[in-house]
Amino acid sequence: MSKRRHGGVPPVEAVAGNGLLDRRALLGRGVILAGAMGTGVGTSLTGAAAEPLQNDPWSLEMGAVVPPYQVPSRFEKGVIRTRSNPDNEFRNSHARTPHHLLQGTVTPNGLFFTISHSGLPDIDPAQHKLVIHGLVKQPLVYTVESLSRYPMVSRMHFVECSGNSAPMFSNEPFQGTAQALHGLASNAEWTGVLLSTLLEETGIDPKAKWLLAEGADSLGLHRSVPVKKALDDAMIALYQNGERIQPGNGYPMRLLLPGYQGNMNIKHVRRIKLIDQPAMSFYESKTYSQILPDGKMWLFHFTQEVKSFITHPSFGQSLKGPGFYEISGIAYSGNGRISKVMVSADGGKSWAQAALQAPVNPKAFTRFRMPWRWDGQPVILQSRAWDEGGNVQPLRAEFVAARGQTEKPVASPLAFPNQHYNSITSWGIDSSGGIKHVYA
Amino acid sequence: MSMHKSLPAVALALAFGTGTALAESPGLGKPITEADIAAWNIEILPDGTGLPPGSGTAAQGAKIYAEKCSSCHGDNGVKPAQGYLPMVGPTKFDRIDTMKTVPYYKYATTLYDVMRRSMPYPMPKTLTADELYALSAYILALNKIIGENDVMNAETLPKVKMPNADNFIIWNPEKI
Repeated sequence: MSKRRHGGVPPVEAVAGNGLLDRRALLGRGVILAGAMGTGVGTSLTGAAAEPLQNDPWSLEMGAVVPPYQVPSRFEKGVIRTRSNPDNEFRNSHARTPHHLLQGTVTPNGLFFTISHSGLPDIDPAQHKLVIHGLVKQPLVYTVESLSRYPMVSRMHFVECSGNSAPMFSNEPFQGTAQALHGLASNAEWTGVLLSTLLEETGIDPKAKWLLAEGADSLGLHRSVPVKKALDDAMIALYQNGERIQPGNGYPMRLLLPGYQGNMNIKHVRRIKLIDQPAMSFYESKTYSQILPDGKMWLFHFTQEVKSFITHPSFGQSLKGPGFYEISGIAYSGNGRISKVMVSADGGKSWAQAALQAPVNPKAFTRFRMPWRWDGQPVILQSRAWDEGGNVQPLRAEFVAARGQTEKPVASPLAFPNQHYNSITSWGIDSSGGIKHVYA
Repeated sequence: MSMHKSLPAVALALAFGTGTALAESPGLGKPITEADIAAWNIEILPDGTGLPPGSGTAAQGAKIYAEKCSSCHGDNGVKPAQGYLPMVGPTKFDRIDTMKTVPYYKYATTLYDVMRRSMPYPMPKTLTADELYALSAYILALNKIIGENDVMNAETLPKVKMPNADNFIIWNPEKI
């Protein structure tokens, strides 16, 4: 067997600088993968044989009885969200997804990011109501129970705060994990009723150009949404990864606007009013309006543009010596499907195309993978994504030229210097395997 | 960053198509009158739609602010508690991370609306129409956007000229 592995398979050729290998070495050619891994083990620094196997205690006694709602192993206690308000002060709070500790594309519900501006409301689903009114033919009230009888759809979609990645507006690279930098984005399968189905029942006055969506939280958080979006793919979501939506993500129902900035996906939605002008709510007037370097401000920057970042390897991890590694990460676009992800190991001098894990869903996380043989020299890893609309993730120099950066370094991931950062992330790896966030 | 191209607009037609295809809509929404929605129907639009009767001045607002707002937002609108916004802030936005407070808003109605629905933070939706006009007058006067003695009401508030109003551009009008 080992003879065949080492003798029968030609070595995988590098396709870009610093050891990036052909993506087909990962998918559909298992023999080649085995060959590449074999090579990696063979050239590892330790090279020592495995120790003789013995029975561990858990193999010699009965385990715990199964609980009604299972939680991860106690050994996974470090895989948690990082919180902005751990001392429960009377103010807003948020929690970030640990991308560097997860794989695949589905964010577990317990690790889905949350931003709460006034705490999590304790909503009795039997009392919750959704009213649709304003410029409609007939205002109607729906309940969780009544919506549960409507035709539903299930769709994979990411939700991303437009303040995600905001530390990267810093003029110097903020040293933080993919969780600290990009943890305000998560991905789930959402199940619910298309808003267009309900609007068909209420009817729409042609004068309606916007709808106001408002939550049942104590702020009555509200945002204006173009009617065009409401009739496209907006959903009143009731389920998140198969179970009822988490309190931090909008229990018992939220407005899901695929690809639009997180804050617009109104949680605990209780009112939708069709109106002829944008409401100019607090959040659309201030927080989610971006100051540009020329002193102008953007209004209504709704779409989360194409973006990607490498999660493995990344800050907070380290490489254990030269050899084979799989580079992988997440790509997504509010415009549609990811069409291509390129990876560089030499700071952008050369690029190679990564494999995309199927299925590639529109406006959803897509996992990309790239086989890599590290020779132990310093490298800079980057990823860059394209979407099916032809949009490309901007290089940092392009992004900074258009959107600017801070004059002083950003000191905390809790600072939000600006919004809608979607340029590339660079991880610098030194010869000892240590990983830093760098600009390149 | 506006490096984007529009996708074909077939999705809109599809959405209508899906709805139409439902030969039998469940029809489980219960009819309600606008009058019965009044308790929730509280938004103020930029043209003043929704503003209730009443009025207030900065002097009246100063007293309400000291009682109900200053513990979080700071005396005279400055030096707020951690995690809270000041009510007085820059009127020029020449850095991308300039702090955005009331003078940033395009419309003064936004101030009335957010106080009406969200404030005071521990007991939202309790301020009266007159209190809201008075607090609006006080905060706008603190920022020197209106005069000390200007009266705010349903007619005057939407007409307040905000200092940053002309600097906004719509990111991508095609998407609206």
